[in-house]
Amino acid sequence: MILSAKYELMRKNFRNFAETEFTTEIQEQLDREGGFNWDIWNKMAKYGFTGCKLPVEYGGQGGDSLAYVLMNEEFSRVCPVLAIYANTPNSLGGGPLLACGTKEQLEKYITPVAKGEKQIVFALTEPGAGSDAGSMTTRAVADGDYYVLNGRKCFISGAPIADYAVVYARTNPNLKGARGISMFIVDMKLPGVSCGKPEPKMGISGYPTSDIVFENVRVHKSDLLGPLDKGYAVAMKTLDGGRLGVAAQSLGLAQGCLDEAIQYSKDRKQFGKPISYNQGISFMLADMATEIEAARCLVYNTAMAKDAGDKNASMMCSMAKYYASEMANRVAGKAIQIHGGYGFIKDYKVERLYRDARVMTLYEGTSQVQQIVISRNLLK
Amino acid sequence: MRVYVCVKQVPDTSGKVAVKEDGTLDRGSMETIINPDDLAAMEAALQLKDTTGCQVTAVTMGPPPAEGMLRELIAMGADDAVLISGREFGGSDTFATSQIIAAALHNLGLGEEDLIFCGRQAIDGDTAQVGPQIAEKLQIPQVTYAADIEKNGNTLKIKRLLEDGYMTVEVQTPCLITCVKELNDARYMTIKGILECYDKPMTVLDYNALKDEPLIDPTTIGLKGSPTNIFRSFTPPQKGAGQMLTGTAEEAVAELVGQLARKHVI
Repeated sequence: MILSAKYELMRKNFRNFAETEFTTEIQEQLDREGGFNWDIWNKMAKYGFTGCKLPVEYGGQGGDSLAYVLMNEEFSRVCPVLAIYANTPNSLGGGPLLACGTKEQLEKYITPVAKGEKQIVFALTEPGAGSDAGSMTTRAVADGDYYVLNGRKCFISGAPIADYAVVYARTNPNLKGARGISMFIVDMKLPGVSCGKPEPKMGISGYPTSDIVFENVRVHKSDLLGPLDKGYAVAMKTLDGGRLGVAAQSLGLAQGCLDEAIQYSKDRKQFGKPISYNQGISFMLADMATEIEAARCLVYNTAMAKDAGDKNASMMCSMAKYYASEMANRVAGKAIQIHGGYGFIKDYKVERLYRDARVMTLYEGTSQVQQIVISRNLLK
Repeated sequence: MRVYVCVKQVPDTSGKVAVKEDGTLDRGSMETIINPDDLAAMEAALQLKDTTGCQVTAVTMGPPPAEGMLRELIAMGADDAVLISGREFGGSDTFATSQIIAAALHNLGLGEEDLIFCGRQAIDGDTAQVGPQIAEKLQIPQVTYAADIEKNGNTLKIKRLLEDGYMTVEVQTPCLITCVKELNDARYMTIKGILECYDKPMTVLDYNALKDEPLIDPTTIGLKGSPTNIFRSFTPPQKGAGQMLTGTAEEAVAELVGQLARKHVI
């Protein structure tokens, strides 16, 4: 897809930053040891990447969805986990606040998040409420000027390093399913908030994921986000934007796999010639590149549709996430196949990318949930 | 205070260097980049802007597509840009180029507190002559090979990077400084900067805009006015790019063995 000079300049800048700053040492250390790299985070903040899509009046950069997609793609091409760093404040973290935060809430929470001074995460999933998020059991009960929260959230990306969490809790037990759920901005330092041990994961190890437990946590009413009992719809809307980010991460990851596979197939010699001379290899490369380009068109088009307020944008976000994440797994698999036995060895980057790719079809709605969203849109 | 930063768009010589039959560089077939020393000059100017709030103006002489580079520099933080462009200027050597740029800077106005920053040299010609010649033609002091710049009022204290050591000198404004890339690491563009860079002012100075400048003499600009001509350009035999391994001896050896194994050498 042909981009304007402005967006080509953005791509160039994101690529230059990622290729220069996301060193192999940092990537391998994060994969091996987990944790969080604050140096990279601070550099991202310095150049406004943590506030890419957040409004200028709240310390952000005022970029649109296409800028956000290009950032995710180019960062993920070098290192998917570091793409998640820049992605979170711009999508699931900042999304609910942008959707329905008051001016005071935006100033208090979005401004430090956009500048990278604070971290905010999205806490929806529970042990018994994954794809069926409406069955959550975390409760918030009004008590004077406060709500008292009790419950457990799980698989919360970024929880161990978060300053704030947007927490979904049931405020009206008489309403069932998606109704009766509200959003709260919870300061992670409040008494009664605790995090579980970071989960050992198959991939994206450099961005910690854990439970958050709420035990009689008193959240002030000023931190109720959006209308009472109507938080679930905001969660779904936020996930649209998040899904576009995951689609772009998948796209970048796949491009990274293709780059590695092309280089390896030229370097690796068998039977006296580079393996790229064999059609069995070169046709795999052709398939990978074609699928990546198709995904790229879908992802960019979705970003532009979202910015234009297209009525199908929500469905398109699911399509982009569904197609690009499944594509990334196919491409990562082929990249391993081209590397042969060496692709199974941790010395090669494709081994890590293959593991990182796996979560793309799972988080922010599995592929099957995307199929539900798409088909319901078609049949409504 | 205004800081003019003279920059040049150059072919990326880290890739394959293409030479045309007449011996000149085939610029059209090569990727272009901002000359690395010039980027250091821009970063030095932007650091001055960070502390003093001065105006930073990027200046280049080149064909119309050089606008893209100027927009990048605005996205990094420059306030505005000047593109000196005209058929009459084409084919200029360093003598003619410095003549034209000096005329342009004179036309734009050089105040008592103003500075001109240039890169030490461009990677396509490696002459290191344009900066010093601009200073001579504007009759202002120059300090070359700056590796550190400290400003106090109208005085600059500059550490010069020389082959066998450093030399610290003081100079009064207005003056011209040439910077080496060791001076700093240039900043990246910001997203907001990119979004706004196409709306910031860019002045185009062509021959008509400069023809009345005392420094502009039709016999000393362009290809015809250039006392030097390129006799031949050629690509020297390729030498593999080296890589320095850091860390302890054990770590370096482990990395070396790893790299050789990955390339199937061992």
